[in-house]
Amino acid sequence: MRTVYLDNNATTRVAPEVVEAMLPYFSELYGNPSSMHFFGGQVARKIAEARERVAALLNADPSEIVFTSCGTESDNAAIRGTLESYPEKNHVITTRVEHPAVLNVGQYLRARGYRVTELGVDRMGRLDLDELRDAIDEQTALVTILYANNETGVIFPIEEIGEIVKARGIPFHTDAVQAVGKIPLDMAKSHIDLMSLSGHKLHAPKGIGVLYIRKGTKFSPFFIGGHQEGGRRGGTENVPSIIGLGKAAELAIEHMDEENGRVRALRDRLEKELLDRIPNTLVNGDRDNRLPNTCSLSFEYVEGESILLLMSDQGICASSGSACTSGSLEPSHVLRAMGVPFTAAHGSIRFSLSIYNTDEDIDWVIEKLPAIVERLRDISPFWKDYKEGKPISSLMAGIHPEHTRHR
Amino acid sequence: MWEYTDKVKDHFLNPRNVGEVENADGVGEVGSLACGDALRLTFKLDENKRIKEAKFKTFGCASAIASSSALTEIVKGMTLEEAEKVTNQDIAGYLGGLPEEKMHCSVMGREALEAAIANYRGEEQKKQEFEIVCKCFGITDKEIERAIRENNLTTREQVTHYTKAGGGCQACHPKIEAILEKVWGREKKPAAPVPPPGRKLTNLQKIRLVEETLQREIIPPMRADGGDLELVDIDGNTVYVALRGTCSFCPSSEFTLKKYVESKLREFVGPDIVVKEVKP
Ligand code: FES
Repeated sequence: MRTVYLDNNATTRVAPEVVEAMLPYFSELYGNPSSMHFFGGQVARKIAEARERVAALLNADPSEIVFTSCGTESDNAAIRGTLESYPEKNHVITTRVEHPAVLNVGQYLRARGYRVTELGVDRMGRLDLDELRDAIDEQTALVTILYANNETGVIFPIEEIGEIVKARGIPFHTDAVQAVGKIPLDMAKSHIDLMSLSGHKLHAPKGIGVLYIRKGTKFSPFFIGGHQEGGRRGGTENVPSIIGLGKAAELAIEHMDEENGRVRALRDRLEKELLDRIPNTLVNGDRDNRLPNTCSLSFEYVEGESILLLMSDQGICASSGSACTSGSLEPSHVLRAMGVPFTAAHGSIRFSLSIYNTDEDIDWVIEKLPAIVERLRDISPFWKDYKEGKPISSLMAGIHPEHTRHR
Repeated sequence: MWEYTDKVKDHFLNPRNVGEVENADGVGEVGSLACGDALRLTFKLDENKRIKEAKFKTFGCASAIASSSALTEIVKGMTLEEAEKVTNQDIAGYLGGLPEEKMHCSVMGREALEAAIANYRGEEQKKQEFEIVCKCFGITDKEIERAIRENNLTTREQVTHYTKAGGGCQACHPKIEAILEKVWGREKKPAAPVPPPGRKLTNLQKIRLVEETLQREIIPPMRADGGDLELVDIDGNTVYVALRGTCSFCPSSEFTLKKYVESKLREFVGPDIVVKEVKP
């Protein structure tokens, strides 16, 4: 069966060039980069090279790159490492639409007496920067705000935010896991102090991440151990993956134009065709400020898990923010924060592309998906009612709809 | 991805009896668009008062559609007296089982059947005393109690898997715990980790343990809903607390909240703890 992989915000295929670059480091070149002998030393030199490549992708200095195990570790290290450096302060500002790696750290901090301000977003998933300005106070130790949203692809105005935050002398962290490799970043011209990224979102393997730490930023290491990573992260290096990430960073620079040209065009075509072919379809998120590869659509009156499984039957891989797939009983926190109406939130599907997608992939989805949605709408008790103009309230008994979104 | 049985997959991919019976004798509607699943069941009886035709329309995930399809197959040919006895376990069993997190789909099927039978008999929406416990999903105390009894549920998580109650803002968790306690009584509840016998706490240790338990287990979920709790004093085994600004959406009675705090403290500090509330 044909496989059409459109779930690249979840994880990406490891590029064949990356696999090839990594292989020797599992077998012949197994030395420990910390060793004094030539055998480890040659590995250390390759790690330095990988660090330079990652730095080049971000236009940063290699000394500002700390390899970690994943995006979640980078987020935890950035937030908790910063707070430890400012023990006299007890306030953190973040948003309601962060990845759980930040959101749940916020909960954790709250339980330990921190004040955590979560900035809201509007219906398009945009922040109100005045809300941010008002939230900053004397006690604010850190502002941590997502670069680009994994579900909707909405890009926050990170440099504008950074300017506001830095003007008050506060450290600024951003989880850029979805942004790195998809849009150009330039740390030399940025206000960002700390930034998380994850290898497997840019065609490197899973299990490798980076925390960018701008020179001069206060930071207490989260992993305490050996002197690796300039003392900022103990633990023997994950050598093959670091080499792989270096290669992936190099490829990301090469592919940046394609990502923002061809991939964007594919995404736009997919979106336009589906909107044309499937009635009652909404786009979630600010279409003007979005990652080039992401498209979140809601199909009203049908449920996301059902769509996913029927698509999966046709070899199409995507994801959903519906309750059934978010692992809870409510739609994703991102859609709820945006106030997506419940007629649509349960039927949301995210498509996320990569440079490996082709025109044929998009044709396949455009051909298959309309029938899938129609079929589920035929089974849905709401669709006919809706078509006949009946109020949908007949199946609302006992429910306080406003309550489903009070958080 | 959920681990569905082949039977679930089959009934999802090839649902039986989709649609609405014309001039139905009974119509049952449960669930809601807001909650993510809803089911409209219609049936028609033959001259012997047996269910001749049953059809469904469902909005929901794969297991909700499969459960509805299974339900219509199960009840066909049954008298209403027989159909009344169909349980959610029967529906799940017909499908070769459902993941526990999806059991609420089978409960929804049973509820729709009941509603449709009541509709046929012209019974008014049973006006018995009930209280909506979980406002996020509109689940009543009666529904929760019934699911607990019929499926032998002992934990709050199970109640959420079977009824959805408690799967949203979590403000109703203390109430669900209270219902569990009411149904099983204290003894039958799964044995809470009892502090090792012979462990005698000094006063200082006890105070510390109470504080720790409040901070770790009790206050964070309350805060998440805009509530708060303050430790006022500890005298022997009596812990005095004050409740502050509870979630305005989910007015949990102070009684159940007190019970909730007490059961947590008994679990982590000692079985003799008594919680008393101090009014501000
Ligand atoms: S989860 Fe029950 S009231 Fe919100």
